[in-house]
Amino acid sequence: MMAICGSWMVSSGQDLKSFEQRTAVKVLGNGLTLIVCERHDAPVFSYTTFIDAGDVNDPMGEGGLAHMFEHLAFKGTSEIGTTDYAAEKLALDKVEAANKAYESEYLKPAGGNEKRLAELKAAFVKAQAEAHKYVVPNQFTQIAQANGADGLNAQTGMDETEYYWSMPENRLELWAWMESSRLADAVPREFYKERDVVMEERRMRVDSDPVGRLIEQFAATAYVAHPYGRSDIGWPSEVGQITATEAMAFHRKYYVGADIVVAVVGDVDTKTAMPMLERYFSRVPGGPKPEDMTTVEPRQFAEKSVVVKEQSQPFYIEGYHRPSYRDPDDVVFDAISDIMSNGRVSRLYRTMVEKEQIAAEAEGFTGYPGEKYPSLFAFYAVPLPGHNPSEMREAIHNEIDRLKTTDVTDAELEMFKTRARADLLRGLADNQGMANSLAEYQTRYGDWRELFLELDKADKVTKADIRRVANKVFVASNRTSAEIDTETAPQKSGGGN
Amino acid sequence: MKGLSLGLCASLLLPGLLVAQQSKPWEKIPVPRLHEFKPQQPQRIELKNGIVLFLQPDHELPFVSGAVLIRGGSREEPPDKAGLIGLYEQAWRTSGTEKMSGDAMDDLLEAKAAHIETEGDEDSTAISWDSLKDDSDQVFGMAMKLLFHPSFSAQKLALAQQQESAAIVRRNDDEDGIAARESAKLVYGANSPYTRQPELETISSVTVNDLEEWHDRTLKEKLIIGISGDFDPAAMEARLRAVFEVLPQVTPEPKRHDEFTGPKPGVYLINKDDVDQSNVQIVALGPDRTSPDVATLAVMDEILGGDFVGRLFQKVRTELGLAYSVGGGFALPYDHAGMFRVEVLPQSAKTVDATKAALVEIAGLNTRPFTETEVKRAKDDILNSFLFRYDTRDKVLAEQERLEFYGFPADYLETYKAALEKVTVDDLKSAARKYIHPEKLAVLVVGNESEIKPGLEALDLGAVKNVDITIPGTHDASGGAEK
Repeated sequence: MMAICGSWMVSSGQDLKSFEQRTAVKVLGNGLTLIVCERHDAPVFSYTTFIDAGDVNDPMGEGGLAHMFEHLAFKGTSEIGTTDYAAEKLALDKVEAANKAYESEYLKPAGGNEKRLAELKAAFVKAQAEAHKYVVPNQFTQIAQANGADGLNAQTGMDETEYYWSMPENRLELWAWMESSRLADAVPREFYKERDVVMEERRMRVDSDPVGRLIEQFAATAYVAHPYGRSDIGWPSEVGQITATEAMAFHRKYYVGADIVVAVVGDVDTKTAMPMLERYFSRVPGGPKPEDMTTVEPRQFAEKSVVVKEQSQPFYIEGYHRPSYRDPDDVVFDAISDIMSNGRVSRLYRTMVEKEQIAAEAEGFTGYPGEKYPSLFAFYAVPLPGHNPSEMREAIHNEIDRLKTTDVTDAELEMFKTRARADLLRGLADNQGMANSLAEYQTRYGDWRELFLELDKADKVTKADIRRVANKVFVASNRTSAEIDTETAPQKSGGGN
Repeated sequence: MKGLSLGLCASLLLPGLLVAQQSKPWEKIPVPRLHEFKPQQPQRIELKNGIVLFLQPDHELPFVSGAVLIRGGSREEPPDKAGLIGLYEQAWRTSGTEKMSGDAMDDLLEAKAAHIETEGDEDSTAISWDSLKDDSDQVFGMAMKLLFHPSFSAQKLALAQQQESAAIVRRNDDEDGIAARESAKLVYGANSPYTRQPELETISSVTVNDLEEWHDRTLKEKLIIGISGDFDPAAMEARLRAVFEVLPQVTPEPKRHDEFTGPKPGVYLINKDDVDQSNVQIVALGPDRTSPDVATLAVMDEILGGDFVGRLFQKVRTELGLAYSVGGGFALPYDHAGMFRVEVLPQSAKTVDATKAALVEIAGLNTRPFTETEVKRAKDDILNSFLFRYDTRDKVLAEQERLEFYGFPADYLETYKAALEKVTVDDLKSAARKYIHPEKLAVLVVGNESEIKPGLEALDLGAVKNVDITIPGTHDASGGAEK
């Protein structure tokens, strides 16, 4: 029963209670946390495996490693994807040796001897072909899909790596075996071809997209020390040189029980499922939680900017350093983001799109490029034809000034709180969305209940909080901006870059 | 299914890591019988004027949502007003009604975390709403006012025109967008109802009067109304009848008869200086969903273009490492011929290699025999995940609305599933003969010509034809083709 006293404003305690009754958490001996949440609407379940490590944990010089490992996690195990693992392992060791020989020549300061390079490259290609003989390509994914996996995917962020899919409920045990297998028993199969695939992913997301290129420079400029400034997919010279040995070292260090939460939501019977899940997921190695990344971004003391001149259309973005998600003001940033950006009632829409009519789109958003460490609150705007980035900048600054000098209205603040509550409620009927949220909140706060308790924090945000935070954070010396200034094409030439 | 021994005790299998190689341990894991499941079908009510209602109660959460689906979309726009529907979908909602402006509506709804939105599509437009249960009467009332008494405003139309013009001048910044749109033009023709694009000139010629006429005209056709969520069905039915049964008999629209000739085979190039990856589209004309071969084609799509499992993925991504993104198949729209499309995104220098590899896989549908294993796997993929087409009440409702809209039988999913189960290797062979014609394919490459080495001549598909994508009315510099 959701509604009480005819009011929809269900207290968060009520939602929490109904959830607590069907949600169970178990921490295994190896430190891995299992969450099972029952929802018996249809004979299906969804899961999320949440690893508390992402590209922020990539070692220096190995940017893109966490993401590269995520690709590897689909390549199978010592039992899946191979015709003879013992022989394959020997062949894979030879691939590593051949790659090492090639790369050490290639990376010589003088550029390596050409003839020697060709020989080493040929040896490397041959070793890969040798190892490939034992491969059953894509078998891991094929088993999952032949058993009805839906929405199978993974994503690597700066802070975390997530694996997920949905399946018919009668495949729960099959899934548990598969998922625990790849967590415990990853094999660096077909690594170097997958590295080429990731290079293509980079070309698609970053290099061939004007805004993609700009955003990469934006983050790189905003940060001088913290890895949030690094390209999340990896700089070409780094991600292009990552080795299988490095990927497996990352796996050994970060894919330990204490770093992993697995959440299952759907048509599952907790009583019978939990012991079964425990049996399988106990295979994941234990060990201490890896030490946190300790670099702290020093305080910015001067405004920085990136200006890209090219033939694509203009664009403007600016960001301000803000504290991490653990800061008590975290929820105040959510309120600011909502009031500035959410829908046609938002301030940026009403002024820049509707009233001044200078932008096609204008929004602010919080927690970029991650949340776990101090990150950025950013504003961006897409100018209408005939308008330019400096007008966007000015209009955004006017809105920021208003936030600093005048209280937001009662209606705006109330709207933020109402929408936060409704959005949470709307998400409850989506198995995959819930699995993601439960795993994320359990990881970040050590308790999934925070997902509901967060609403109480939202309810406590005041107008004074918003002014205080805006005045503290949105100052010029804390700002980094980036823009595309459109250059006109040279007369009918192929020129440009 | 997979030779699973249901009685086998799971504990015998553990720890899995010690099991001998090639033992396929996953086949020994019990797969019990799936829990009994009968998806709840929405109640269908046909009013005497021809309007159809669907009611799909769902009391899990205290929300009610609904939509009115209206026939007619961008394919019916006058060509000299291309973009009309894009403007209509914005201006309808942002204008609001005579009594309540769109802005006032926004304030009222957002304070309740409720929504009313209008949208436009290729063949339909719609108004939808959603709110908490306690607000649902009021929100429904507002939505009905917007449906029957909109007040299109010149000012909001101008705003929509500005937004649209921003999209037009930016359209050549996006490599994927260029590839999708220009390849469709090759298949359907540049000025077909399915591909003509809004231009600065066509959108600026749209007037408030055009929007009003469109609205009044399409509202006379058969409306389909769907409601889902936490409501009482009897009360809701009465409420909907009161609003919709008073409307005149619907006037059925004439059936469309679109004729397309398909692309002129060959290689087409759009040069874009600022990219280092090519977007390659290999396209042809395909059938629509009334084809007797849809189930076979769906299995063939999985074999050719399925993620991870398909021949293209296996060859071009896994084996050759030439692309992150590769795949494709037949689109099978409900009421007009669809596109066959294979897409591959390789780095510039590998464009020819990747395109050739993809062409080999397409031609291979006729020359490389389908194996029983391959067909079984493709069918397992589709059939074992079939459940996800109706695992929520909203999905079941949306499917019924879709079938009603296109005049397909209500049990279409069941017959389609039965047909999928029956697909054989021989079916695939004859479907490939019937629908895969390598000599009729057009290849479009959007990429950086100076980096594409060897050049596209190396594909041996004849002279490379340059496609001009200059945006009329701008000094387009960002993506325009060089002559």
